[in-house]
Amino acid sequence: MQKIEAVIQPSKLDAVKDALVEAGVSGITIFEARGHGRQKGHTEFYRGREYAVDLLPKVKLELVVTDEMKDRAIEAIISAARTGRIGDGKIFVSRIDEAIRIRNDERGEIAL
Amino acid sequence: MGMMAGLSGALLACGHAVAQGVVAPSADRLAALEKAATANTAAIANAQSAGDNAWMLVSAALVLMMSGPGLALFYGGLVRKKNVLATMMQTFAMMCVITVLWAFVGYSLAFGVGNPFIGGLHNIFLHGVGVTPNAAYAPTIPEQTFMVYQLMFAIITPALITGAFAERMKFSAMLVFMVLWAIIVYSPMAHMVWGAGGFLNATGNGIPCLDFAGGTVVHVTSGVSALVTAIYLGKRLGYPQRPMPPHSVVLSFIGACLLWVGWFGFNAGSALAASGLATSAFVNTHFGAAAAAIGWLAAEWIRNGKPSALGGISGAVAGLVAITPASGFVTPMGSLWIGLFAGVFCFWMVVKVKNIFGYDDSLDAFGVHGAGGTLGALLTGLFARSVINPIFGAGKPTGFFEGNHAQLWHQAVGVAIAWGLSIVGTLIILFVVDKLMGLRVSEDAEREGLDLSQHGEEGYDWEAA
Repeated sequence: MQKIEAVIQPSKLDAVKDALVEAGVSGITIFEARGHGRQKGHTEFYRGREYAVDLLPKVKLELVVTDEMKDRAIEAIISAARTGRIGDGKIFVSRIDEAIRIRNDERGEIAL
Repeated sequence: MGMMAGLSGALLACGHAVAQGVVAPSADRLAALEKAATANTAAIANAQSAGDNAWMLVSAALVLMMSGPGLALFYGGLVRKKNVLATMMQTFAMMCVITVLWAFVGYSLAFGVGNPFIGGLHNIFLHGVGVTPNAAYAPTIPEQTFMVYQLMFAIITPALITGAFAERMKFSAMLVFMVLWAIIVYSPMAHMVWGAGGFLNATGNGIPCLDFAGGTVVHVTSGVSALVTAIYLGKRLGYPQRPMPPHSVVLSFIGACLLWVGWFGFNAGSALAASGLATSAFVNTHFGAAAAAIGWLAAEWIRNGKPSALGGISGAVAGLVAITPASGFVTPMGSLWIGLFAGVFCFWMVVKVKNIFGYDDSLDAFGVHGAGGTLGALLTGLFARSVINPIFGAGKPTGFFEGNHAQLWHQAVGVAIAWGLSIVGTLIILFVVDKLMGLRVSEDAEREGLDLSQHGEEGYDWEAA
């Protein structure tokens, strides 16, 4: 099993969600987050005062998939979230040891 | 009375003509005609009184709306979210405390019979203030209508000051400060400009200062006192290094638009009757706000590259402030000019001058009300037209552009007195209250936010189910 964490532009959330469902992913968790990578922030003006906003709104999604599903899921996220501009986000992948469905104690891939 | 005499005179003349031309005069017939004329005149007076009173009651409610939701939302949105309730509460507290003070002594000091500088104590506890009109102020409406209408001005004026010391003043000290301020600064200024026999009253014997709805009485006093309190209290912790952007321009936007609508009661209501003059003031108010919003936005667009929502509403408020003293004296074209000047001038005050001097006028009470009020009061002296309001007599020149050059000087005297009274009065009050109980919250309380430290609650509880 693999955990895929992706930080994306909030405006791309719907497209990414649709692409993942189409790829066959069954479960997804979403966090509203703030952060920046190499993109840095932007400036805002309030009554002439300039404010540097370095933490920008982002959406972080987290999904755990079977090994064979991993590449399809990553492909779906990339194709839906990419604009080609700086700030598109990142994807992190890590191995998962166990999954447990709380309702009936199912273990492993069947619990995903 | 004049109208009554004229009307019955005309009817009597008519009666004579009938008598000479057709039938022999009959004493009974004449008496009946006279009686009908008198009844007619009384009915006309009643209708006018009813119309005026309806408009003035609505105006009073509109002016309260400027404080209640209007200013509270406008200021509430501009602070950080840990101070939103405390900021709104400061305005709300004025609605309660100044009301009681007005009934006890405020109205009497402002509008009671007194000397040229302050009213007497004849009307304390509203003694003698009933439904009978007070001919010295508004002969067609109950004096209680006039009293409650003026109360709404006395509420919003100190509430405007709260923008300068936002996010750092103790609630208790603020209450004491405001009660003293209403007595020491507001009531004398209102009496001088609007009170019968007041030193600056346009129709009095002193210096005739034109202030239709409160350029000096409301905006210069509150704006200048705001500057004094901002400097006396010192900056907020972390200002100006740490960013303190508004937590919700949306709240401020709603508040500013409520202010715009409420201002029709403020300015057009200041005609104290449902008259043509009220229409003039209504139109000028609207035009001034629109032109000033355009002025501020244009200046901002050129300087920062983008026109902002906060800029638009700030400009509108600046225009409403500047048109306030002029609203019952100028033409619609004059109000467009005044608004445009005010929008650009206040923008410059807020983004440039404030930073040069470095004072922390947190929500720009001085930059908008002090600066806009001063500019508006002076421009009133330029643009006033006798055709709109023949306050010095029909056809007599009113403003500078009409040839009454002294008016600009008279306006300057009114502004100078308002500045002087505000600076001296506010400094004394601040000193006394500071010694008595301390003005500022502790550093910990300021960091925690005034909502929690002063009121024990929070504006937003996102965790609640």
